[in-house]
Amino acid sequence: MRAAAVMAAWRAAFAVPVLVLVSVGMFALAQASPFDPVRQYLGERAAVTSPEVAEEIRRSWGLDRPLPEQYTAWLGNLLRGELGDSRTFHLPVAQVIAERIGWTLLAVGAALVLMLAASLAVGTYAAWRQGSWIDRLIVGGAYANEAAPVFWLGLLVIWVFAVRLDWLPAGGLTDAAAATVEPGDVLRHMVLPVTVLAISQSSWLVLYVRESVIGTLREDFVIGARARGLRERTVVVWHALRSALLPFLTLLGTRTPELVTGAILVETVFSWPGVAGASVRAALAVDFPLLAALTLLGTAAVLLGNLLADVAYTLADPRVRTLGVA
Amino acid sequence: MGMPVQARAAAGVLAALALVTVLVPAFAQLDQSLVNLREAGLPPSLAHPFGTDEVGRDVLIRSIYGLRVSFLVGLVAALVSMVIGGLVGLAAGTLGGLADRLLMRVVDGFNALPHLLFGIFIVAMFAPGAVAVVVSVGVTHWTTAARIVRAEVLSLRARPFVEAAISGGSGRLRVARRHLLPHLLPHLLLATVLMVPHAIWHETALSFLGLGLPPHLASLGNMINDGQRSLLTGAWWSSLVPGLFILVPTLAVAVLAQHWRDRLNPRRRSELNL
Repeated sequence: MRAAAVMAAWRAAFAVPVLVLVSVGMFALAQASPFDPVRQYLGERAAVTSPEVAEEIRRSWGLDRPLPEQYTAWLGNLLRGELGDSRTFHLPVAQVIAERIGWTLLAVGAALVLMLAASLAVGTYAAWRQGSWIDRLIVGGAYANEAAPVFWLGLLVIWVFAVRLDWLPAGGLTDAAAATVEPGDVLRHMVLPVTVLAISQSSWLVLYVRESVIGTLREDFVIGARARGLRERTVVVWHALRSALLPFLTLLGTRTPELVTGAILVETVFSWPGVAGASVRAALAVDFPLLAALTLLGTAAVLLGNLLADVAYTLADPRVRTLGVA
Repeated sequence: MGMPVQARAAAGVLAALALVTVLVPAFAQLDQSLVNLREAGLPPSLAHPFGTDEVGRDVLIRSIYGLRVSFLVGLVAALVSMVIGGLVGLAAGTLGGLADRLLMRVVDGFNALPHLLFGIFIVAMFAPGAVAVVVSVGVTHWTTAARIVRAEVLSLRARPFVEAAISGGSGRLRVARRHLLPHLLPHLLLATVLMVPHAIWHETALSFLGLGLPPHLASLGNMINDGQRSLLTGAWWSSLVPGLFILVPTLAVAVLAQHWRDRLNPRRRSELNL
C-alpha cells in the first residue's frame, strides 16, 4: 500500500509541471497564430468599427500588456475556475464541460469495459486455438482493424446497422422527437458508438493477450498444472491468463492518449453530446477558451490514466509491492 | 528462403497502388471543382466502378487523386517529424549527462499527450491547410525517431571504430557526420516508412473533421466527410470507398513491417508462428 501511495504522489507531482508546460505551449501558440480575438469578437462589425474602439477593447481585455503578465492572468483565471465563455455554445466554458463530461465518461467507461472483456476472451481463445483457422482469422482481423480509421469504421457500422438493417439509431443521444432523456432511449443510442470505440481500441489488446497467453502456456507451472490433470479451461484461464495479465495494466495506461483520440472521432461521427466532440466544434469556430480548457482536460485525463495504471500495477504485482518501485 | 505469401502480397499491393497513383493522373485528368449533376450519386457500374459522389464525380478516380495528396502530405509530415526527432535523439545521445536526461523527459512528456487533440489545437490556431497539418503531425510525432536515434547512438558510441575515431582526434561534428550518420540512416528510413501511414491517418482524420486540407481538394479525409450525408440515404460508396484507400496501404505496410521484424528476430518467428 505504501509503495502505491508514494508512487501516486510522485506521479501527481510530475503531472503539475507537464500541465503548466502544456498551458505555456498553448498560450505561446495562440500568441504566434494570426488569430485575433478582438477581430473575432467584432465579427462582421470589424469593417465598420473605428481602430480607436478596437484599441479600446484590446486595452480593456488586457491584450496590450506584456506577454508574461497576460499568461499569469490567464492561468490565474483558469485556476480560479473562471474559464471564460464559449463562443460556440454561448455558455460559460465551465457549464459546457459540466453538461457534457458525464456523457463522455459514460460512453468511454462502457467502451473500456466492453473492450477489456471482449479482448480478453477473444485473445485467450485465439492463443488456446493457436494456428487454427479461427486464430488466423482473429489475428488477421486485428491487423485489419488496426489499419482501419475509426471514423471510417463508424460510418461502416452506421451504414450496416442504422441504414441497411435499421436496427439502431445512427447518432445523437435521444430520438429527435423525445422531449426528455429516457435511459432506454439513451441505451439504444449508445450501442453503436460504444461498440465502435471499443473495437477501435481492441486490436493491440487482443494481439497482446494472445501473445502473452501463448508465452505462458509454455511455462513450467502451466505444464505442471496440465500434468496434474487439471481441466483445460482451468489451466488456460486460471494459470496462463492470470499471469499474462500483469503487464497489460501498464499498457492500458499508456494507451489513454489513443482513447482520447478515439473518443473525439467517435463522438463526432455519432453526434454524441460529449466533451471530446465539443473540442472539434470549438476548433472549427476558433473558440479559444473552450478549446484550451478541453485540451488541458484531455492532457489531465491521460496523466490520470498513467497514474491509475501504475497504482494498479503496484497493487497487483507482489514483487513490485514488496520490493518497492523499481 | 523467399518471402512469405502475406509479405509478398503486401509488397505487390503497395507497388500496384504506387503505379496507379502515378499513372492514373497522367491519363485521366481531374477537374477538382467539376460538378456534373446529371451523374450525381450513381451506384457502382461499369462506367464508374465505385459510383459517383453527390455532385457527380467519379469516386475511384477521385480516391486515387486523394491517395496521392494524402501520401504527399503524410510523407512530408513524416520527414518533418524524423528530422526533428533525429536531431533531438542525436543531441541526447552525443551530449549525454544532464542534457540527455532533460531531453528524454521532454520526449516522455510529449509521448503522453493526446496527439490528435493537440493537432486539432494547432490547426485551429493556424487556419486549416496542408502546412498546418504537416506542422501538427510533425510537432507531435517526433518522439519515436528521437528514441530510436538516441538508443542507436548510445550503442554506436561504445563501438571500437567510434572510439578509434575519437582517439584519432576527430571532432564531435566529424564523428557525428562520418561515423554515426551512415549507421543511423537505415533506422531512420525504416522509422519514416512506418510513420507515413500514421501521418496519412492524421491528415485524413483532420480533413474528416473539417480541419485539414481545403474542402474542394480531392483528399481521402475530405471525401469521407463529404460522403457522410449520402451514406444516410444508402449511397455507401462515396464515403466507404475512400476509406479502403487508407485501410489497404496501411495494412500492407503493417504486414511488411511485421515480416521485417520477424526476419530480424528469428526466435520470435519460430516460437510464435505468426
